[in-house]
Amino acid sequence: MEFKDYYATLGVERTASPEEIKRAYRKLARKYHPDVSKEPDAEARFKEVAEAHEVLSDPEKRAAYDDVGQRYGRRDEFRPPPDWDGGGFEFSGRDAGPGADMDFSDFFESLFGRRARGGAARGMGPAPGADHHARVVIDLQDAYRGAHKTLTLRMPVVDAQGQVTLHERQLDVKIPPGVREGQHLRLAGQGAAGHGDAAAGDLYLEIVFKPHSRFRVDGRDVHMDLPVAPWEAAVGASVVVPTPDGNVQLSIPAGSGPGRKLRLRGKGLPGDPPGDLYAVLVITAPRADSAAATEAYAALARAFPHFDPRSELES
Amino acid sequence: MPDTSRTVIEAVIVEEGVRFNLAELCRACAAEPSFLVALVDEGLLNPSGSGPDDWQFEGAALKRARAAFRLKRDLQLSVDAAALVLDLLQEVDELKTRLRRAGLE
Repeated sequence: MEFKDYYATLGVERTASPEEIKRAYRKLARKYHPDVSKEPDAEARFKEVAEAHEVLSDPEKRAAYDDVGQRYGRRDEFRPPPDWDGGGFEFSGRDAGPGADMDFSDFFESLFGRRARGGAARGMGPAPGADHHARVVIDLQDAYRGAHKTLTLRMPVVDAQGQVTLHERQLDVKIPPGVREGQHLRLAGQGAAGHGDAAAGDLYLEIVFKPHSRFRVDGRDVHMDLPVAPWEAAVGASVVVPTPDGNVQLSIPAGSGPGRKLRLRGKGLPGDPPGDLYAVLVITAPRADSAAATEAYAALARAFPHFDPRSELES
Repeated sequence: MPDTSRTVIEAVIVEEGVRFNLAELCRACAAEPSFLVALVDEGLLNPSGSGPDDWQFEGAALKRARAAFRLKRDLQLSVDAAALVLDLLQEVDELKTRLRRAGLE
């Protein structure tokens, strides 16, 4: 296991004051917070920053971490001592800090134990179980047609001794057609178990589309580039377009230029109303890789003696 | 809790047709009622109904309320600052969508 240098993560000295740690954290949190950041690895970076903050902002955890660093080395491969037993430290327990809904690293857990999440009710009477959240990546085709997916979820469960362990479970979920990226699915009763006779919580799944090499999704609408030959664009043609929901026939109007957007009404994501599919024409010319092809291009040039593709560049 | 039965679970799309009362939205966001009341006061959430007891939130409130909760917790923002950030993020999203539709991005 790698020793995590939390001071380096926050970019502060080992002697940094609590105020310096707070300032460094806030600056990095604004930069990498997944809700505001446009950095590609924002979520992973924020998790590291939140984990470093969780340890260094808490005097007890910081002291324990510094002690481990001094005794067991910072740079070498870190192995928790055999008598460690869940950290060997006792902490007053703050579990609502930044990144409280994220899994921290194995290194963190080997020192401080796994964190309880989900705000389970600890009252005496019956109380409904907490709702859980997860993210699920689906194919665009699944959103068109609906799908059955088997999901493997890891859920933290607190036992009678207060220890948190991860239980893995599999769920067969029916994903309704027409779901869009960023929307949520609710699976009633699939969250944490209730206390007493109370109902279990719900499970919410946030939908993420697997990136597709051909289709770009914009709300309910879907865009794709459609390569056409110069003569198809010039004199019109009927071509087959492979949409996420199967092939459709599309008429290319005569006189179409590159970049022209042709709308296939209702062929976007299903819904009420359904979205549209836009085919953006990309004109693709064959290579002049034979005598006949070269002659065909020469004939084309002769047929358009006054054609100047760069006429608009002249000022 | 190992799940041996493996029945197929029907999922509903929250943003289409699901409505939450205050207690349900609190549970879904793991937030206190006072936090959601503050978001309503800021105009970030617009439930129907005359008061907290009969408020009904649209499904889309889940995403906004959770994002506001994370911003407040992780960036230590006040509720009004979190609401402002979310409004600005929405504006950025709308502008990006317009850029994309105009073929500029």
